[in-house]
Amino acid sequence: MPTSSDGTPVITARGLGKAYVLGGRTAAYATLRETLVESLKHPGRLFRDERGETLWALRDVSFDVAPGEVLGIIGPNGAGKSTLLKILARITEPTTGEVRLFGRVGSLLEVGTGFHPELTGRENVYLSGAILGMRRKEIARKFDAIAAFAEVERFLDTPVKRYSSGMYLRLAFAVAAHLEPEILVVDEVLAVGDAAFQKKCLGKMGDVAQEGRTVLFVSHNMAAVEALCSRCLLLAGGEVRAEGKPADVVGEYLATLAESRSGRRDLAEHPGRRRGASPWMREVTLLGESGVATDQTRAGGPLDVRVTFDTAGPRVSPVLGVVVKTAQGMPLFGINNRLVRGFEFPADVARGTITCRFADLPLMPGTYFLDLYLGDARGDHDTITDAVSFDVLPADLFGTGQLPPASAGPMIHPATWTLEAADGD
Amino acid sequence: MTAPTTQPTVVIRPAGRRVGLDLREIWEHRELLFFLAWRDVKVRYKQTVLGALWAVLQPLVTMVIFTLVFSRMAHVPSNGIPYPLFSYAALLPWTYFANAVTASGTSVVGSSQLITKVYFPRLIIPGAAVLAGLVDFAIAFLLLVGLMIYYGTPVHVAILLLPVLVVATTILALGVGTWTAAMNVKYRDFRHALPFAIQLWMFATPVIYPTSLVPAQWRWLLTLNPLTGLIESFRAALFGSPIPWSALGVGVAITCAIMLYAAYTFRRMERGFADVI
Repeated sequence: MPTSSDGTPVITARGLGKAYVLGGRTAAYATLRETLVESLKHPGRLFRDERGETLWALRDVSFDVAPGEVLGIIGPNGAGKSTLLKILARITEPTTGEVRLFGRVGSLLEVGTGFHPELTGRENVYLSGAILGMRRKEIARKFDAIAAFAEVERFLDTPVKRYSSGMYLRLAFAVAAHLEPEILVVDEVLAVGDAAFQKKCLGKMGDVAQEGRTVLFVSHNMAAVEALCSRCLLLAGGEVRAEGKPADVVGEYLATLAESRSGRRDLAEHPGRRRGASPWMREVTLLGESGVATDQTRAGGPLDVRVTFDTAGPRVSPVLGVVVKTAQGMPLFGINNRLVRGFEFPADVARGTITCRFADLPLMPGTYFLDLYLGDARGDHDTITDAVSFDVLPADLFGTGQLPPASAGPMIHPATWTLEAADGD
Repeated sequence: MTAPTTQPTVVIRPAGRRVGLDLREIWEHRELLFFLAWRDVKVRYKQTVLGALWAVLQPLVTMVIFTLVFSRMAHVPSNGIPYPLFSYAALLPWTYFANAVTASGTSVVGSSQLITKVYFPRLIIPGAAVLAGLVDFAIAFLLLVGLMIYYGTPVHVAILLLPVLVVATTILALGVGTWTAAMNVKYRDFRHALPFAIQLWMFATPVIYPTSLVPAQWRWLLTLNPLTGLIESFRAALFGSPIPWSALGVGVAITCAIMLYAAYTFRRMERGFADVI
């Protein structure tokens, strides 16, 4: 890992993890009544945290940041970026691991933290500054610079509720921009305001970096990340997937975005998995006409559903069930390999790949979802709802250039006709 | 700009069961405490016609009603002090206490926007809410001075005890408010229970009536309410009657115990605030 010349990082994160409990009482605030009812059902559990299903928003994340480095953090939604920032900003505490910060940390997770609409611009500068960690003297010293940066000098004694949204944002960002911590943690601040303001913010961020302060910067704006950061971290599924030069990591991220259109879906951490299911299914790949991974097929075209699994021990005769549903969630049809004679598999398989082939999928153009069931002769062990989706494109199925109207339903089925004309005379 | 040292400024790790009060950190954030209290005061009477007069109106109107109901109709004794003065002298610290507890008890939930976006010692939030109540108390105190002049009440040396009593009342309000604030984050029932509990608490406190009205064998029970000692001493300090030292001692001891317990409970629960709120 890159460090400064003297080899001393200002941030060291080791094995950071954050678990959220779903379905347990810690997930949402409880009421006493719920707690009391629970305790009647399970005496002795009152006021004790009941452990529901845990979701690891962040898992085993380690990295170092050298002084003066601007570290960009990118990744898809739900990758754990915000959770990581919240841990670094000390808003939430990690479940595992440790972070050592060498220097004063300022965090900027939104524009306008602590602003009160009833107070004037001047009052809000002091209030917000204090909340963000500045001393009163420090704010007083920087006050003119803040007001000038925000270009609101004439309205300093007007309540900010009368500000235009542009003025409000400028003032709020100006306060934040004049924070002088050694380590600055910034989240998506640049996602607000008009283009000119964003440019100004980017410029200010660049200045901050020039001054040799350490910045951690989360953004969806890849251009900003490439322009500002000296190093980049790609998070996905709560783990560090890549780390290195911004251009390389951004490239890798964009490639994974494209991959998500490829009909390949990682099932190891799927949110649709039924509670308590054994995570046997690892990956699903959809294959179209020419045998390439794709999430598209044409009406009446073929689709292969290829599921890779690993029981992590037990040897079974695997049974894969597939249910095809509309985008609205209505099941259309489902099938598994025990229902059809001749597809029963040997009973000594612990891992492998099952391919379920629909030779001609009788679906109208639209988006469809698959539920996947994996089990053995006795029942299902792993169940994932809405495991993967795919699109059906229009096709000239009948050689007439026409398909039935959408109002006829989501399914399409060829038929043959006979006519026995009855002679009228 | 300080060069990175070998000692980390901050170590973030799962805290486990051990929590400290970390008073030093709160001291470092004392400016924020005052800023938040100042904001509460500043915002409270914005866009009201009567403004800070509201701080006086609440105990004043209550005093008038109490005088009509309890003195004129129910003939509650007031130890020889004019009943309006007798009840106002208790309503003043009581109103401060009740408003401070209500404000701080709901303060953390009301600051969810801050809690999920920026770090500072969370104890500052209920602390600022109590501190802001002190301003109302000071305004309402002016009316007490007016009443005492009007009734020609002589001033005694014991009046020097007042600041101590105000500090003790503040600590009690902070303790109860802090605990309520923490519990309220997890169990929103407390928001509904709080006004009701405060109302009951008033009747368990010698605000309307003097302690002497309570049968002697039950007075110890009343003394377990820390406000009994504080409010009776408040009156005694104003009107020159003997200070009920034992009740005051018990009250102060219980106040300190509540404050410590509340502070530790809050510190233990605050780590989960951002995830639960």
